[in-house]
Amino acid sequence: MNEPVRPIAYRPDVKGTHPPLGFAGYRSTALRHPSKPLILLPQRLTEVTGPLFGAERVQPGDDDLTQFDGGEAVGQRIVVHGRLLDSDGCAVPNALIEVWQANAGGRYRHVNDQWPSPLDPHFAGLGRTVTDGDGHYRFTTIKPGAYPWKNHPNAWRPAHIHFSVFGQAFTQRLVTQMYFPDDPLFFQDPIFNSVPDEKARARLVSSYDHDVTTDHWALGFRFDVVLRGRAQTPFESEPDDD
Amino acid sequence: MTDVGPTPSQTVGPYLSLVLPWPDGPDVVAPATPGAVTISGRLTDGAGEPVPDGLIEIWQADPDGRFDHPDDPRGAHSYPGFRGFGRCPTDEHGQFAFRTLKPGALPDGGGGAEAPHLNVSVFARGLLHRVVTRIYFPDETAANAVDPAMRELSADAAELLTATERPDGSLRFDIRLQGDDETPFFEI
Ligand SMILES: [Fe+2]
Repeated sequence: MNEPVRPIAYRPDVKGTHPPLGFAGYRSTALRHPSKPLILLPQRLTEVTGPLFGAERVQPGDDDLTQFDGGEAVGQRIVVHGRLLDSDGCAVPNALIEVWQANAGGRYRHVNDQWPSPLDPHFAGLGRTVTDGDGHYRFTTIKPGAYPWKNHPNAWRPAHIHFSVFGQAFTQRLVTQMYFPDDPLFFQDPIFNSVPDEKARARLVSSYDHDVTTDHWALGFRFDVVLRGRAQTPFESEPDDD
Repeated sequence: MTDVGPTPSQTVGPYLSLVLPWPDGPDVVAPATPGAVTISGRLTDGAGEPVPDGLIEIWQADPDGRFDHPDDPRGAHSYPGFRGFGRCPTDEHGQFAFRTLKPGALPDGGGGAEAPHLNVSVFARGLLHRVVTRIYFPDETAANAVDPAMRELSADAAELLTATERPDGSLRFDIRLQGDDETPFFEI
């Protein structure tokens, strides 16, 4: 059998980048995190390949969350933009990005969200877009509000937008949350603070971008999403030549 | 190329169903595709309770053991009507189901073969990072025994990664996030 060369693996992210699965401060992890150590799975074909979703999953207008059901959402209009990259700095082009968020009052249009802040008839809170050839993406939305939850007394989630991206390989799949600069609620939020490394945690916070802020229209925020990069050397340095 | 710090994972939270479920998400192949198999199961927590706000994703080779992806060293290969990917939210009973085709075996890069398998990602409120597991097939005993991932596992763990066949021919694969019979999860 003519054995194909093993593809180049994706390197693990630096320790401290991702939250531990069990994190006492976030109570819902208690019964939902594996108790046994994870088993190392060397990357082979199923791991270094992955679904390549792009523009076919996006409808016109999906990148503008401010328009819904014939009207305009209430709230501070913002433009969120940035690049989808890998940790080698390479752009991830033509890639699907899915987002969801609460409305300006911190309420999700979801049957299980019952806290007494009104729904906005013109805000659904979900969006999709695709990166361009340079990995750049852009959404127009409103700034989500903070919302209370039951994790601990007087618990409030800092304002955030949920992001889901595939990258180009199963190993690169990432779901995360984008936060806003200088949120006073960071100190008490166990989800934000579950990220062990302070510098990594800071990468969850978007930056205010006056270059994208549009006169008499919207405030700009920049948020880059960085996925796992490739290892510098392949598993097997010499290709099989049999 | 510059070195850029990776973005940390965060939980999907309780409201992932706003955008992540797709109407055609569970259909790796269209209904009525010849040879299609249903793989379904239940996602449960450490107390054995269903996880009703989870999302299961699968990624797999086609029946020829190929991927429609440029990093498959044999070249991208499309299999008509086959997406390779499925995504299904769990329902109030923690249940999920996919319709797919059984993948072929894969070269393992070292002269051997990987047994047919599906890669699985599990997302849920309370999971700060996805967890990853695999589904192997009950009619592949010989291939499973020499699979490079399976042969590193205890017999109990290998059994937990093998789907079971129901009388109607569909396959069952339950995912237990925690506990004595916890599903083995991988670091990739
Ligand atoms: Fe949220």
